[in-house]
Amino acid sequence: MHDKTLVELARALDAGEFSSRELTQHLLGRIDRLDGELNSFITVTFDQALAAADAADATRAKGNAGPLTGLPLALKDIFCTRGVKTSCGSKMLDSFVSPYDATVVEKLRAAGTVSLGKTNMDEFAMGSSNENSHYGPVHNPWDFTAVPGGSSGGSAAAVAAGLVPAAMGTDTGGSIRQPAAFCGITGLKPTYGRVSRYGIIAYASSLDQAGPMARTAEDCALLLGAIAGHDLRDSTSVARGVPGYSKELAAPLNGLKIGLPREYFGDGLDPAVEKATREAIAVFESLGASVREVSLPHTHYAIPAYYVIAPAEASSNLSRYDGVRFGHRCDNPADLIDLYKRSRAEGFGDEVKRRILIGTHTLSEGFFDAYYKKAQQVRRLIRQDFLDTFEEVDVLMGPASPTPAFDLGANKDPVSMYLQDIYTIAVNLAGIPGISVPAGFVGQRPVGLQILGSHFSEARLLNVAHQFQQATDWHRRRPAFAEENA
Amino acid sequence: MALEHADVQRAAHLARLGLNDDEAAGYVDDLGRILEMVDMLQALDTEGVAPLAHPLDATQRLRADEVTESDQRDEFQRCAPAVENGLYLVPRVVE
Repeated sequence: MHDKTLVELARALDAGEFSSRELTQHLLGRIDRLDGELNSFITVTFDQALAAADAADATRAKGNAGPLTGLPLALKDIFCTRGVKTSCGSKMLDSFVSPYDATVVEKLRAAGTVSLGKTNMDEFAMGSSNENSHYGPVHNPWDFTAVPGGSSGGSAAAVAAGLVPAAMGTDTGGSIRQPAAFCGITGLKPTYGRVSRYGIIAYASSLDQAGPMARTAEDCALLLGAIAGHDLRDSTSVARGVPGYSKELAAPLNGLKIGLPREYFGDGLDPAVEKATREAIAVFESLGASVREVSLPHTHYAIPAYYVIAPAEASSNLSRYDGVRFGHRCDNPADLIDLYKRSRAEGFGDEVKRRILIGTHTLSEGFFDAYYKKAQQVRRLIRQDFLDTFEEVDVLMGPASPTPAFDLGANKDPVSMYLQDIYTIAVNLAGIPGISVPAGFVGQRPVGLQILGSHFSEARLLNVAHQFQQATDWHRRRPAFAEENA
Repeated sequence: MALEHADVQRAAHLARLGLNDDEAAGYVDDLGRILEMVDMLQALDTEGVAPLAHPLDATQRLRADEVTESDQRDEFQRCAPAVENGLYLVPRVVE
């Protein structure tokens, strides 16, 4: 049961091969047995999951089941869930039980899905390895000495290990695509504004976007259809119809024009990752696509621009943690300033403090123009690079990350960790969608192919990824950890 | 733009983040190298380029000024560290 896709599970539920309760119990049992070692969950909601599964089975018995009814999944612990601890991977929110649901959570529940719990993540989604979690690092199911990627590392590892068929993540600079690549699963970051951010704990509001992480593009299409759409409670969500993402999956790729950004194949790219990426691209040529080199000339300015914009927005967003309304509060504050300072010093981890300090510094008097305004100007140039290339080609392809998953503890230096995100960060600055699909291995560690498209081209990206998955079987590989512990 | 110990302490105070001198010293080097990496932006000519605040150039939507939320104070204060009679408790500000 645990290595099936959502679409396969839905078919089995329909055919009466097993019930949602049986499926849920099976997966909860796996979580109970395996997650002590893996550490992919922060909270497992056993009772709520079984109650939701029973409700789904009752809906099905009445003949009212939809495509997602009774299907289990997990939520990154950044999504507010009513009555359930929502920690965002931080000591600051260790005792926070959300009084409301995120729009994504509400929509998934309305679609009949069964949430098994909340997954581990880098604190406040700041990180690329899941090592910044207050709840400890997550292991990569393919190789326990490797990181699962971040910040949605728990979601990626839980899917790869066969604990859930799918999970929700968020992506501010690569946090869905990079862990999907490192864990050998499929992860989609939608266009900025495609999915409501209401109830998603904010990191950098002009970059944050939620999306599905699953075994296949087909499953991601199913989930995106359920969570996308305009939401009056998020003024940055876009009022635009949601297409039938599953309907276009089967379209042939004849005539598809693929661009390979030369900057994504340059210095710093692991040769074995490059080889796997180029072999994956050759598959598309065999499916009738044409390939040409293109240029995104401002690529190397993306990380510097991001590390001004994201920390600036974070320093503002995280000012709400004041020890007064929710979250950690220090003992015996001497006065109000002491209450703020000590509550925040005790509640936030090292990387979060680093980004708050950078953001506060760059936004402070005398520095604003040189940093923030400059970065916002560069952001426009970076977006323009993409808009220009999409005049010439339909999609861009390249590696999701310059290396496969690195070792736990290997990147102690923050700047070298930041530079890992060279292929994913510009996508958030431009607001375009991107998907990572499994495309091979370096040793035991998976490689992800990243496919990028113009704003609101999710249907095309999912179609392109699905056709690749019809021609390859990388997405069907399972780590020994998941098999041995069946 | 190099970063000094006093800059870190200033930012920490502005962010209401308690840092002792040793902790601040620990951030000087990290933050200095992050800013050095960021300084690469200065090499780029952005004369006449409008800053991009929203990737889709959207502007804030307006809505009618009507009350749409119900009173949920009790529920929302359940997650607060210290409340009394519907009020958040903080150390005395005015003597």
